[in-house]
Amino acid sequence: MADFRSPLARVRGLGSAKEGTHHWWAQRLTALALIPLTIWFVISLISLSGADHAEASAWIGSLWPAALLILTIVMTFHHGQLGLQVVIEDYVHNEYMKIGAIVLVKGAALVLSVVAIAAIARIAIGG
Amino acid sequence: MSSADRPASNRPLSPHLQVYRPQLTSVLSITHRGTGIFLSLGALYLVCWLLAIAAGPEAYAQIAGFNASIIGRLLLLGWTFSLFYHLANGIRHLVWDAGRGLDLKTTYATGWAVVAAAAALTVIAWIAAYAVR
Repeated sequence: MADFRSPLARVRGLGSAKEGTHHWWAQRLTALALIPLTIWFVISLISLSGADHAEASAWIGSLWPAALLILTIVMTFHHGQLGLQVVIEDYVHNEYMKIGAIVLVKGAALVLSVVAIAAIARIAIGG
Repeated sequence: MSSADRPASNRPLSPHLQVYRPQLTSVLSITHRGTGIFLSLGALYLVCWLLAIAAGPEAYAQIAGFNASIIGRLLLLGWTFSLFYHLANGIRHLVWDAGRGLDLKTTYATGWAVVAAAAALTVIAWIAAYAVR
């Protein structure tokens, strides 16, 4: 069968959707990262159950918990945003509503993760 | 064109939800999606919790009080189970992505394993949390 793709299109290998496997691959990579991060996060929250404000802020303010928490936040919101995008694409059929909802979800994920990181920094610095 | 005019075909039909008998595989599949959506709300709540800690002891006491309430505990229980379910079933999905465990028998075995793991880990986590307090 004749191949009508240009050499450039063939070497990029992205197909008609112009994104190739990027969405799928990013979802898998964030999922993989979230396996150890989630287990760490749940164990941490268990150890923090019943903690007062001083204990909770001392934990979040220390170096490794802060770093791992930021990593967990970034991976969680990236993974969640990719998943919600697929849910919206599956169920919302009006083109304007669909694009609007996806932009809203992606924007909210970015804003919320930045706000969470700012809160962690504030806790770490403020003491 | 009515369905009677359509030529007979061996192509698989997509499940019509009103007449489709639920099976373990389809129930676990939609539960993965449902827990994912619910966990997005949990991530939103996590940001609220961090903001409350950053705001100071008074705001923290408020959110800690809500966590201890009946509704708070039910939400946290739901998020615990959803997290463990999505984690276990997510690993099941990653194994499928590697091209393994796709036959019907293994799919059912891993499916029940996911349900058991999610339930057991939820119980263990809550027992541990109450033991810590």
